[in-house]
Amino acid sequence: MSLTVRTLFFASYRDLAGTPELPVELEEGARVQDLVRTLRERGGGLSELPEAPAVAVNRRYAPLSRPLAQDDEVAFIPPVAGG
Amino acid sequence: MVPEPQPARIHARITTEPLDAAAALASARTDADGALLLFVGVVRNHADGRAVMGMRYDAYVDMAHEVLLAIAGEAAEELGSPRVWVEHRIGRLAIGEASVVIVSASPHRQESFDAVRYVIEEIKKRLPVWKKEEYVDGQEGWVAGRTPPGTGAADDVTRTHESVEQGRGA
Repeated sequence: MSLTVRTLFFASYRDLAGTPELPVELEEGARVQDLVRTLRERGGGLSELPEAPAVAVNRRYAPLSRPLAQDDEVAFIPPVAGG
Repeated sequence: MVPEPQPARIHARITTEPLDAAAALASARTDADGALLLFVGVVRNHADGRAVMGMRYDAYVDMAHEVLLAIAGEAAEELGSPRVWVEHRIGRLAIGEASVVIVSASPHRQESFDAVRYVIEEIKKRLPVWKKEEYVDGQEGWVAGRTPPGTGAADDVTRTHESVEQGRGA
């Protein structure tokens, strides 16, 4: 069993990823921290993603322990600098 | 006869269009308000001793709209300012252009001073917006930001060769 989430990258994390958006397949029961590890292990720019980045799941800030579900939208949020 | 109190009115928007502070003031004010407070964040021409030509703002637009609306709502409910109007512009902005406009209107002044201050400080803490400075020498760099609360993320200041101190900006 597996699930697929839609990951979004912004600002400096988009520079690392080289893309604004990436579908990622994970094991059933995966949490945000598993997604982070999967992306870091892909190599390339994403290996420089922090081990504990800020993340929003379905447009709400979420902890790394948050379980993921099929079709969740997971955004990687670099330190914010609005205003 | 004392007029009826005016209803609360909250407005929040992320936009690529130029912001209009005068229109914001007119839109927020009701006849019940004796205080009308305006904050405008503008792009300045320097950062850490370097000359800046302009700024490019990026946002997670759908979420930023929701967060901005939540911030404005909190300012109204928790700080007692009944009318809060806020817009944040994204895209490329030149020196002197407004990146954020905040208006609060209330019967008395204290609530609006508190509300405007609250909205800009919360924007800086948790609005998913980023900005890249464009320097006169042709280089550019993401402005270091703040890790939003509620994520369990390790504090992480964006590292670029133009890295600057936390919490600066408008």
